[in-house]
Amino acid sequence: MNLEPVIGLEVHVELKTDSKMFSPSPAHFGAEPNTNTNVIDWGHPGVLPVVNKRAIEFGMKAALTLNCSIANDTKFDRKNYFYPDNPKAYQISQFDKPIGYDGWIEIDVKGEKKRIRIERVHLEEDAGKNTHGDNGSSYVDLNRQGTPLIEIVSEADMRSPEEAQAYLDTVKQLIQFTGVSDVKMQEGSMRCDANISLRPVGQEEFGTKTELKNLNSFNNVRKGLEHEIKRQEKLLNAGGEIQQETRRFDETTGETILMRVKEGSSDYRYFPEPDIPNLEISSDWIEDVRASLPEMPKERMERYVKDYNLPEYDAGVLTATVEMSDFFQETVDHGADPKQASNWLMGEVSAYLNSEHLELHETKLTPKALAEMINLIADGTISSKIAKKVFKELITKGSDDVKALVEDKGWVQLSDPAKLLPIISDILDQNEQSIEDYKNGKDRALGFLVGNVMKQTRGKANPGVVNKLLKEEMDKR
Amino acid sequence: MNFLDYTLEDLHEKLVNKEFTAVELMESVYENIEETDEKVGAFLTLNKEDALAAAREADEKGIDPDNVLSGLPVGIKDNISTKGVRTTAASKMLEDFVPVYDATVVEKLKQAGMISVGKLNMDEFAMGGSTENSALKITRNPWDLSKVPGGSSGGSAAAVAAGQVPVSLGSDTGGSIRQPASFTGLVGMKPTYGRVSRFGLIAFGSSLDQIGPFTRTVKDNALVLNAISGTDDRDGTSYRGETPDFTEGIDKGVKGLRIGVPKEYFHEDAKETEIVESVRKALDMYKKMGAEIVEVSLPHSKYGIPAYYIIASSEASSNLQRFDGIRYGYRSENIGSLEDIYVKSRSEGFGLEVKRRIMLGTFSLSSGFYDAHFKKAAQARTLIRQDFEKAFEDVDVLVAPTTTSTAFEIGGKIDDPLAMYMADVLTVPVNLAGVPSLSIPCGFSEDLPVGMQIIGKHFDEQTIYRAAYAYEQATDHLEKKPSFKGGE
Amino acid sequence: MAINEETVKQVAKLAKLEIEEESIHAFTKEIDQIVDMVEQLEELDTEGVEGTYHGLPQKNVWREDKVQKGTDREELFKNVKTRKDGYIEVPAMFDNGGSEA
Repeated sequence: MNLEPVIGLEVHVELKTDSKMFSPSPAHFGAEPNTNTNVIDWGHPGVLPVVNKRAIEFGMKAALTLNCSIANDTKFDRKNYFYPDNPKAYQISQFDKPIGYDGWIEIDVKGEKKRIRIERVHLEEDAGKNTHGDNGSSYVDLNRQGTPLIEIVSEADMRSPEEAQAYLDTVKQLIQFTGVSDVKMQEGSMRCDANISLRPVGQEEFGTKTELKNLNSFNNVRKGLEHEIKRQEKLLNAGGEIQQETRRFDETTGETILMRVKEGSSDYRYFPEPDIPNLEISSDWIEDVRASLPEMPKERMERYVKDYNLPEYDAGVLTATVEMSDFFQETVDHGADPKQASNWLMGEVSAYLNSEHLELHETKLTPKALAEMINLIADGTISSKIAKKVFKELITKGSDDVKALVEDKGWVQLSDPAKLLPIISDILDQNEQSIEDYKNGKDRALGFLVGNVMKQTRGKANPGVVNKLLKEEMDKR
Repeated sequence: MNFLDYTLEDLHEKLVNKEFTAVELMESVYENIEETDEKVGAFLTLNKEDALAAAREADEKGIDPDNVLSGLPVGIKDNISTKGVRTTAASKMLEDFVPVYDATVVEKLKQAGMISVGKLNMDEFAMGGSTENSALKITRNPWDLSKVPGGSSGGSAAAVAAGQVPVSLGSDTGGSIRQPASFTGLVGMKPTYGRVSRFGLIAFGSSLDQIGPFTRTVKDNALVLNAISGTDDRDGTSYRGETPDFTEGIDKGVKGLRIGVPKEYFHEDAKETEIVESVRKALDMYKKMGAEIVEVSLPHSKYGIPAYYIIASSEASSNLQRFDGIRYGYRSENIGSLEDIYVKSRSEGFGLEVKRRIMLGTFSLSSGFYDAHFKKAAQARTLIRQDFEKAFEDVDVLVAPTTTSTAFEIGGKIDDPLAMYMADVLTVPVNLAGVPSLSIPCGFSEDLPVGMQIIGKHFDEQTIYRAAYAYEQATDHLEKKPSFKGGE
Repeated sequence: MAINEETVKQVAKLAKLEIEEESIHAFTKEIDQIVDMVEQLEELDTEGVEGTYHGLPQKNVWREDKVQKGTDREELFKNVKTRKDGYIEVPAMFDNGGSEA
């Protein structure tokens, strides 16, 4: 039987607000356990939630970026279940009136473009964190409890692990450009669950799906799906049936493991949250938020191609992350030639970041310094060979004034004929044979002489000027 | 000093004139409690040392002559969070629970200079109408110790009725202030939903709960409501509008006031005909004072009880899930697993009535029943709310009996939950509609107080107080004092 | 609609309550009567009626995104029965997953 995977993804993204979704305690990572919490996060008797307005705005930004419609009339609901990381034993979420709905994004898999529909984007609060000891105990830290989240639910529009990965890449890229989240899977500010089923090619109806959890990296999403496809394929081809169940991806074995079978789906007893008044989002507010969105990757890319004559590929690389794109833009705004800025960022800069496992903001390089350096190359103040040294300096130590730096270090090219001519005369005097060879049309002779001048000047001579002067001098002899 | 003889303004005057100090006043509170609480059983926790220290501080600072509440004692229902003072909701679940924060109303009372004396008994988690559902003790009615004080705020009512404290706070989800006020001959106010912050009130039915004062007189009541009302940033359901002075115009009289008489609230065939008679007499008096009496209809009243029990229990089933034995509260000794912490702690920590309501609520929200139960009840609630809105197009206030009976025997109804539920028929529609309602004594039946409720438009407590004050001034029900008779 | 013991057990499981075997019969009967009573609502025509889910029909209440320091951890832990370092200690969870969030 020829089977086709049907994949839908649920992506959770933590919003980068200062305070929590429903309480004023800090929404930050990395604190000592249970120190960024208050009585509200702990669900103490009598406490009440009050909505963080910025979380609503961030949710709207994310939803708009994913081409969703924004609900004019929206509300919060309680999702009831007991778990130690869920102090109230209900999570405040959105059930039947999500803030965003009917969205889509375009993904690109090996040049083939496809639209993936997004069913809904809703706001909710994150749970605390459990860690599991090996002594029969678990430990609860409620610092994360109440951090604002959006859940982005796709339609089951993906047909391969590659499409799923492209979808995640694109969601991450888009959300990152809006600035509402760090969207880092390794830090948990972006998390992904997958629903996957198989069906015979050509069949309309979906098969029974399983839910995959613990997909904590882009790689694991792909690997988990690949494994689950194989597992389901094998079962179905052997005449078996898929059970509706939740499975966990095990990183060490690369397999998916049964967590729990859904008992006719758990009963969360959703009902409207009586403690939080409904929200009415005016069209004016929606338009204000829309207008506040930054230029998105697609528009930036098109502009780079049109205004800067960059190849489409280069423009794509430069807009892969908001950080790179903003850096490029600022470099150009500081007067650098866009093509040169692009070459440096895609070449030396990227190579450096890769080899050092760093991100741009973790280096000392600034757009202004990069632009100054590019301009010093262009006006001949430094050679492209020296530029590599300058670059190393700029990215590891930084500089506010690159011109002063190169002068200080003695890296300025020697281009003054008055200073170069005595050296050239000397070298010609000592290499009569080479002049002969040059005149007999042996080009290598010129190269040899240039090399000698460079050696004499310890690489500082401007090769173009040296070339020109050598030719002129030899013609005179 | 017996508070039964004084209004808050009387006490204030004596403090200002230095007839006694705040410390002396506070000492007399604890003497009163010492003397009567063995019989009445109103208090669960006393914080004598803190209260005396606060009274000393008030004396040192000097009583503010412009602040009528400064230095005066108050009792707090035990479902209102008090920092550092045990708050149990009268449940085994919270028997040892000491909150780390003050409820907004407690902060506000402190700001107004009032001093909390202790915490008052109630039905467990405010579920009940007799205070017999307290897991911690029985509270008796000072008018007849063999009778219940009503509930759920039975301790709050009994303490004021017994003259232990001049004022107390209760909470009202379906009648829990008005019914005990009626049973104990007090003025009890359930303000408009949103008028008083719920932050720090242990939630029962979140969309219904309101905190309100018990006092002996109408003006006392308005003064305390002044102190606890207002927008609270920590409660999104607290009203974002203006807060008036509730004593303003309180003595303007009722001339020209249009009083609606909801015909569904007057069962002429009721067992205790004296209740309906007392209210009718009060209406006659209003007429004499120049009010217009108009019969109105609240046609969906009979659906109040089923709608209320579904909504309140559903919300409660969710609100009470946080009592899981993990972060605070009772934890069973027989723990083998995480599931045990949940199931055993909750099964041992909650009393029978609480379990019944959790069961009903969980059932009403569960898939397959949500539409027929919870959604349907929410729709019925809309119709009930519209009944009131329609009636208020024509009248300024509504007047009706608060209860269908006077205080009943301890143990009399406890084994018949359904009968207990049905007894709330006259009070729950008010909570469903969110409107304010005050119960005021309007006579006696076999020496037990009878209460009448005055129901107002949303956020129009002022008119209620005006109507209540006029009636109080024209009658002498206040002169009769509880007898502390009966009991063992 | 009659409530049977099976339903009562199921609902109790959702609510994390345990009804003792010897009282389940009486308890079921009570709950059944209460459910019967609330189902009087069936006769009410609510076609096209919007539900009321809040005590007050006010909308758009929120706070600005301003941080306040958390509650002192030791205060919070005063009511905790079992702790280890700064964590709340509980018996090991059944599965290894986090919450549903």
